[in-house]
Amino acid sequence: MTFFEAVFQLDFLLYAFVGALLASVACGIVGSYVVVRRIGYMAGGIAHAVLGGMGLAYFLGQPPMSGALLSALAAALLISWVNHCASQQEDTIISALWAVGMATGILFIARTPGYNVDLMSYLFGNILMIAPQDLLFIALLDTAILALTLLLYRQLLLVCFDPEFAVIRGLRVSVLQTLLLCLIALTVVILIQIVGLILVIALLTLPAATARLFVTSLSGMMILATLIGSIATVAGLALSFHFDLPAGALTALLCGSLYLLSMLIRRP
Amino acid sequence: MATTISLNNVSFHYGERTILENIDLQLQEKEFLGVVGPNGGGKSTLLKLILGLLTPTSGEIRVFGQTPRQARSRLGYVPQFATFDSAFPITVRQTVLQGRLGRNGGFQLRYSAQDQAVVTSVMEQTDILELQQRPMTALSGGQRQRVLIARALASEPEILLLDEPTANIDPEHGENVFSLLHRLHDKISIVLISHDMGFITRCVQRVACLNRTLVCHATAPVRNSLMERLYGIPLSMVDHSTHLSPGEQS
Repeated sequence: MTFFEAVFQLDFLLYAFVGALLASVACGIVGSYVVVRRIGYMAGGIAHAVLGGMGLAYFLGQPPMSGALLSALAAALLISWVNHCASQQEDTIISALWAVGMATGILFIARTPGYNVDLMSYLFGNILMIAPQDLLFIALLDTAILALTLLLYRQLLLVCFDPEFAVIRGLRVSVLQTLLLCLIALTVVILIQIVGLILVIALLTLPAATARLFVTSLSGMMILATLIGSIATVAGLALSFHFDLPAGALTALLCGSLYLLSMLIRRP
Repeated sequence: MATTISLNNVSFHYGERTILENIDLQLQEKEFLGVVGPNGGGKSTLLKLILGLLTPTSGEIRVFGQTPRQARSRLGYVPQFATFDSAFPITVRQTVLQGRLGRNGGFQLRYSAQDQAVVTSVMEQTDILELQQRPMTALSGGQRQRVLIARALASEPEILLLDEPTANIDPEHGENVFSLLHRLHDKISIVLISHDMGFITRCVQRVACLNRTLVCHATAPVRNSLMERLYGIPLSMVDHSTHLSPGEQS
């Protein structure tokens, strides 16, 4: 049975396939902002801090994804506040958030009674576990990201390109920057289910960085990055199906290989 | 003539360091003022104070009789391109269109036909219309500088403020920027910051020398034909013996 035959015969594979495509939309749009704004480190901080919220939700018997969503947004607001008020210590505070979030999550999971099978899937993702309600959740987050980006495309472009000029033009730059971090938080929550929180950074930076080598506009970068993201996630899933290897790690490796290959092609 | 920008006894401290001290400066309508001084002398800080990006530690700044924040939509700012991400995926036209943002406040879903028309016209003025679909990454230093001037002009400013427009540009392109500013000066006031003394004395009417404190000079035409031959272009020289009170013109 080939991968594409299996997708239409096995429900869990179909859900994974749809999940991969939906996640690529957020990854392409928001990843482009992360790359041009050079805030991969902030995105990494948000992704890792999320384990704290997931662990707490798990401990309290609540759905881990609701904990993830709340803690991702809280981390985004905190980073944005630090960026605004104490930018000299920004690096240190993101590092602290990164480590403290993970440590808190691990402690909560350790204290939760029962068999802790979920820790590894939070860290490295398990796309095959995606259920229809997860797909609905991802689709809702995608819609929010898409709507905000369409509404504020020009403003966010200027804030990324030249924040000082944006201030002079009367844009509310700190609000827009906070919004951008919140969009990253939503994307992190989506991508955690696909590749896990450790590999989120691969999907959030590599497809967009690859796309940037071939385009002359931010919108073009978003579309191409979405395409590259869907190729990498679907191919990762297919390879995982054929060779019985973890899909998240394969996806991250494919993203890295595509980036390296593109660098070689685009270099004169 | 009406005063457009006025600084009264303005000082700016960054922590313990005094960057600017007791600056008095009046800019008149349609004036072309050059500000020169060593690196770290506070030139960029002066521009940022006028734009309301920084707040003075003491003293008062008025732009068209308003605070810098209230008045900054009437100012056109041309930053140094060196501070930008040179790999940013954006075309020339998209960059110039940024000058039209924020005019109507709030959301702006698309640029209007009028926005597009203004942008086309300022790109013609700055001689970059044929480059409009090119990515910024493919331009030379001088071309990038003209794109940033076009972006500032697209906001239809009453005063143009330029930060080191000839930095990282070869002399020939610097010359183009100079003639462009000379043409623009018919319509608007210009404040130009430069460490390039030769450049600045060719185009401005008045020079402010800034190194923590500020001294203004008028420029006078140089009669010496040897100097002209040396530079190959008509020159004005700063006459450091002419001490004018701030705001006064020759």
